[in-house]
Amino acid sequence: MTNREIVIPGEIIVEGEKYLPGEGTERRGNKIVAIRYGLAEESKELVKVIPLSGVYHARRGNAIIGSVENITFNGWQIDIGTPENAFLPLSEVPGFVNKNSLDEVMNIRDSLVAKIIDINKRGIDLTIKGKGLGKIDEGIIMEINSNKVPRIIGKEGSMINIIKTETGCNITVGQNGLIWISGDSTENELLAKKAILFIAEKSYIEGLTEEVKKWFEKEKK
Amino acid sequence: MTKKDFKRSDGRKFDEVRKMTAKVGVIPNADGSAMFSFGDTIAIAAVYGPKKMHPQHLQNPEKGVLRYTYHMMSFSVTERIRPGPNRRSMEISKISEWALEPVVMIDKYPGTVIDVHVNILQANASTRCAGINAAALAIAHAGVSMKDMVSSVSIGKLDKQLVVDVSKDEEDYEEGEGATDIPITFTDEGKITHIQVDGSIETEQLKEAIQLARKACKEIYEVQKKALKESLDINKNK
Repeated sequence: MTNREIVIPGEIIVEGEKYLPGEGTERRGNKIVAIRYGLAEESKELVKVIPLSGVYHARRGNAIIGSVENITFNGWQIDIGTPENAFLPLSEVPGFVNKNSLDEVMNIRDSLVAKIIDINKRGIDLTIKGKGLGKIDEGIIMEINSNKVPRIIGKEGSMINIIKTETGCNITVGQNGLIWISGDSTENELLAKKAILFIAEKSYIEGLTEEVKKWFEKEKK
Repeated sequence: MTKKDFKRSDGRKFDEVRKMTAKVGVIPNADGSAMFSFGDTIAIAAVYGPKKMHPQHLQNPEKGVLRYTYHMMSFSVTERIRPGPNRRSMEISKISEWALEPVVMIDKYPGTVIDVHVNILQANASTRCAGINAAALAIAHAGVSMKDMVSSVSIGKLDKQLVVDVSKDEEDYEEGEGATDIPITFTDEGKITHIQVDGSIETEQLKEAIQLARKACKEIYEVQKKALKESLDINKNK
């Protein structure tokens, strides 16, 4: 199998003992069967299905954008759009925090950029220790389908860099589909938002990077 | 017994399914959605989730919950039906839920709920089958893990004659033994996940009915497969 191909649940992707079932697939006898809808891909005998739709599936190491849902005695409960509970413990916040007034650091409904450090049975653990992570103070937050995030970022960040240079905005893309845009003027921020919505809508077109460059030329006139 | 040259009121052959159409992604707001129709019977399904189950006491820490709601639009039949749940729709919801549960891998989503809303826009018999077909498409479209797809069809027994995909006229057949309605759901592998018999049928003929349904479900499966595979090409042309 050379090309990527759309598969549906229960469909046989490849036959043969040498293949390994990856994400979204299952071994049945000597067959590798898809268990979800998406694009089947095979590399080095590992077969996996890349999802095209559905809710965000949390993975360790993902940078995400969420908002504070609740404050407990030792941390913050964060809504990141997953069915599991996400928790930011006090120990994962840099600097000194007064244990009696956690709301001074982050209050309910505040937004933040965080990273997933662990996923276990209890839920998801987050951290804001690291570069680019922390509370969001200004700018706009928009939402797209989480499956379109790789297209917004592009190959090695090519797509997102075009938007950044064209609009002069700082853009942080959360893997859960939330995007934080902050620039020096609202017009630029809105232009960046429009560009992202354009990419999300046309996400299956080939040569999208060129299209986006053309789109910016047209918009700036 | 079953005659091969039996003429039906709408001119179909005894083993002919009405014209089927299927489309996925009809509801952009939902995580997954689909439309499926058998001739005049149109069902649309929307899937939300897996999402956190509320109220919390309904959560199951071992496996997720599949929640299916079947609803007929008040304008779906000539005589207006009162909207809202009733005895019939609650029964069909439960039955359809059981038809889908064996294939949806709910054990992968503990503490969550997968909401499936099925609405019948237009009814001309076989609504639960159209509903299950649409729901299977929508669940797959929502990216939920499934062991297999399911396809559903209704077999009718008009007096002693077996027919595939019953229409309203046939459902009301009154001559001889009257009409028996047998909705059956198959996985692609050919396993039965749901079978109902509304009326009376002999064992031998029931076996025959299952064979007919199995053949029809193969056709339905192809329609469903095509709908899912072509949903992306539509996006390409935008």
